[in-house]
Amino acid sequence: MSTKRVETAEKYVGRPIDRLDGAAKTTGEARFAAEHRFPGLAHAALVHAAIPRGRVIAVDDAAARAVPGVIDVLTHENAPAMKPARKPSMMDISSMVSGTSVNYLATDEVHWNGQPMAVVVAETPEAARYAASLVRLTYQELPARVDFAAEEPNAVPQKSSMIFEAKADKGDAIAALAAAPASVDLRFTTPPHSHNAIEPHATIAVWDGDRLTVHEGSQGLAWMRKHLSFRFGVPEQGIRMLSPFVGGGFGGKGSVWAGTLLAVLAARATGRPVRLALTREGVYHTVGGRTPSTQRVALGARADGAMTALVHTSVSRTGRVGGGPESITSASRHLYAAENIHLRQNIVELDLLPNTFMRAPGESIGTFGLESAVDELAWELGMDPIELRRRNEPERDPVSGVPFAHRMLREAYELGAERFGWSERVPEAGAMRDGRWLVGMGVATAYHPSMRMMAHVAVRLSADGGVVVRCGFHEMGMGAATAQAQIAADELGVPLEAVRVEYGDTDLPPGPIAGGSTQTASVAASLIDACAKLKRSVHALARRAPGSPLRGRRLEELTARDGGLHHAGGGETYAEILTRAGRDHLETETKAGTLGFMVRMLRDRRRYVKAASGAHFCEVRVDRDTGEVRVSRWLGVFDIGRVINAKTAASQLRGGIVMGIGLALTEETQIDHRTGRVVNASLADYHVPVHADVPHIDVHCLDDPDPTMPLGLVGVGEVGITGVGAAVANAVRHATGKRVLDLPITLDKLL
Amino acid sequence: MTEIRIRVNGVAEALDVEPRVSLLDALRDHLGLTGPKKGCDQGACGACTVLADGVRINACLALAVQYADTEITTIEGIAKDGNTHPLQDAFVRHDGFQCGYCTSGQICSAVAMLREHAAGMPSAVTEPDDPGELDETEIRERMSGNLCRCGAYNGIVDAIKDVAAQGAS
Repeated sequence: MSTKRVETAEKYVGRPIDRLDGAAKTTGEARFAAEHRFPGLAHAALVHAAIPRGRVIAVDDAAARAVPGVIDVLTHENAPAMKPARKPSMMDISSMVSGTSVNYLATDEVHWNGQPMAVVVAETPEAARYAASLVRLTYQELPARVDFAAEEPNAVPQKSSMIFEAKADKGDAIAALAAAPASVDLRFTTPPHSHNAIEPHATIAVWDGDRLTVHEGSQGLAWMRKHLSFRFGVPEQGIRMLSPFVGGGFGGKGSVWAGTLLAVLAARATGRPVRLALTREGVYHTVGGRTPSTQRVALGARADGAMTALVHTSVSRTGRVGGGPESITSASRHLYAAENIHLRQNIVELDLLPNTFMRAPGESIGTFGLESAVDELAWELGMDPIELRRRNEPERDPVSGVPFAHRMLREAYELGAERFGWSERVPEAGAMRDGRWLVGMGVATAYHPSMRMMAHVAVRLSADGGVVVRCGFHEMGMGAATAQAQIAADELGVPLEAVRVEYGDTDLPPGPIAGGSTQTASVAASLIDACAKLKRSVHALARRAPGSPLRGRRLEELTARDGGLHHAGGGETYAEILTRAGRDHLETETKAGTLGFMVRMLRDRRRYVKAASGAHFCEVRVDRDTGEVRVSRWLGVFDIGRVINAKTAASQLRGGIVMGIGLALTEETQIDHRTGRVVNASLADYHVPVHADVPHIDVHCLDDPDPTMPLGLVGVGEVGITGVGAAVANAVRHATGKRVLDLPITLDKLL
Repeated sequence: MTEIRIRVNGVAEALDVEPRVSLLDALRDHLGLTGPKKGCDQGACGACTVLADGVRINACLALAVQYADTEITTIEGIAKDGNTHPLQDAFVRHDGFQCGYCTSGQICSAVAMLREHAAGMPSAVTEPDDPGELDETEIRERMSGNLCRCGAYNGIVDAIKDVAAQGAS
């Protein structure tokens, strides 16, 4: 690299740069959590409860202990103590990452069917798994409530929190609905879903006295470390969590679940490094998924399409031992200029594994209800569904009256209609055919609120011109490191190759959680600050240096480019400046205080409504005899503010759409309504979309910066899945004349 | 314990394994070849796809002892003479992955799939009088045993199409 000037005329931000971890991931070099080797590594397997609620009154582990290679069988009768989880509090977000409140192996209580009640530790994974199958538990069963459909009428109003409001009222929507010249009043259901990241959760825990090393694929390293520190009563600084590669998360790796805790516990109990790699079935039994929901969406309108009433109420479930509410009506708060709005969210607690966040919690299923109902209102009015949306596009946030930070839904629909060929859609249902296929076209709006979290970022600039960005953020496939490298290269005016990004390690300055589509913006904001500080430090070295072309120049006159600072008449490289000053490197770190950050965030939320949004265009083909639905074409036009990496952003949006196609057509975690057991706990029985289910997906980003966000960027991880379920349902409605209200849209519902 | 000889990525290996050890666990835990991934351990996701004498198999459904005296190729052995396989480069260029966990299986599967197609092997969507062009429908059908939850399917298909068009496999 040396002191040579490298031209950096073109900015990196916005370009379709290949992923920096591409080589590692395509050659098999990338090591995921379960793939690290330690001398003396022992292997753990879980024994799951076979009843939904009750107590274990007897443990028979004799046969398991007799298996050659078994080191120990841990149950509530012999396991070392772990501190119970703290009560969740907004003041300490790390308290909220407890997947459940159960103190595993410290209690004989069974809270859901599948709860881990014992851990077998053995010399080999085969011995552990076999021995686990031999542990016999005797239960005293208690009555359990596990049937969402049966318990749903007993739901109670959800409480509002600092961040999420559970209800909204504007005018009198119920009365307006009754008086509306045109209306629809529909009841939707959506089933539970499972993340099914292809990497099942795995933990390797290694104790060295009170020091603990944990390898685990995680979306929330800093909070998880803090949680482990509390549960095991050891200092946070003594715990190192490593997570350089995460084999998919989607929300499922954002909390501390049983596997993590029990691996650490088993390692402590046996004095051995322990690997606990969950089976696929084990993931279903110990890691929460998306709540099911029932939703009522009722819309009233005048004959010209102007909405007079929007009613959206929902019921979701939590577990009695954890889980949280979802903002199912969130999009209904922001999308339409209805004169009267009534939103309510309700909760029912069941004796099931608690729910957790899964890609766009709330919005992914809430937009299915809302956007299906809007489509049905268009049918009722005999109006084009895009035109109906256009007529109801609000100028300000409909409920709060607060301005939108950025809103381009009109543009998204206009561009999308043109690119997709919407004008070729014959308005009547069932009118478009291709042989035995009934062809349908549908649209739906995508919407996901945008937020920022805290991130600490350190940037080091070396005398050889190299830049190292250090932040404990998470890479689950979003291309996070690539995006941050592009930003750092532009901010400092260095070639991309000069930037190295370190992430996925608690030894680094703590990053934000990779959730809520917040990570890129959160890290970018701190990274830009750190780069600005660094440039000030460099400038301070140069401006008084005799012989420097920057001598006497103010920083405002200078541009960072070509590996250094320059003005119209000249400049020099960072390497030259540092070398002259006898400095090996310069380093800065941004630190944000929690309280100040929270205050600023809440104040910001009162000033603007921020979101990513978009318009989905879907074409389906429905077999007129079998009811088989094939998605044949897709276009998504998105407003995600400024695009950092055109390649990875499009991929992430496509990924959301693919998961949405699963939500629309095939995905359902089936729970036995008598026993509470997940009965399709495998990838053979839970159908995620495969190659053959996914057509070419055309993605277009409007690429217009949101002026209120760092670099104008808005998070992109979740908006893609929102609206997809409705776009498919609306296309099916157009193809067949049938409105499917209950996901997934399986063929039996079309016959 | 059973002693077997097995060739992995061109190297002769002697393994002392219990008969119940899967080929996947033998590769990952005994030989330290962690390129093949464990996504379901029951043949449903394809993340463990490796080549056995050039034919793609789910290593999780295979017992190591069944593959004695077989030539196994994992993602670590796909590159030739220090050069990456064209599919590996194409996956990067077309963004045919996100988290990377299914990627080894996708690439190994695609390598064998291209050979199967070249050998005239039909798929479920091949019409009887099909001239055998490897179009997107054929690629999707033939690759449907490899799940990708990040939804990188478009990029994967583009990468395979690209390499198939170059005639390299």
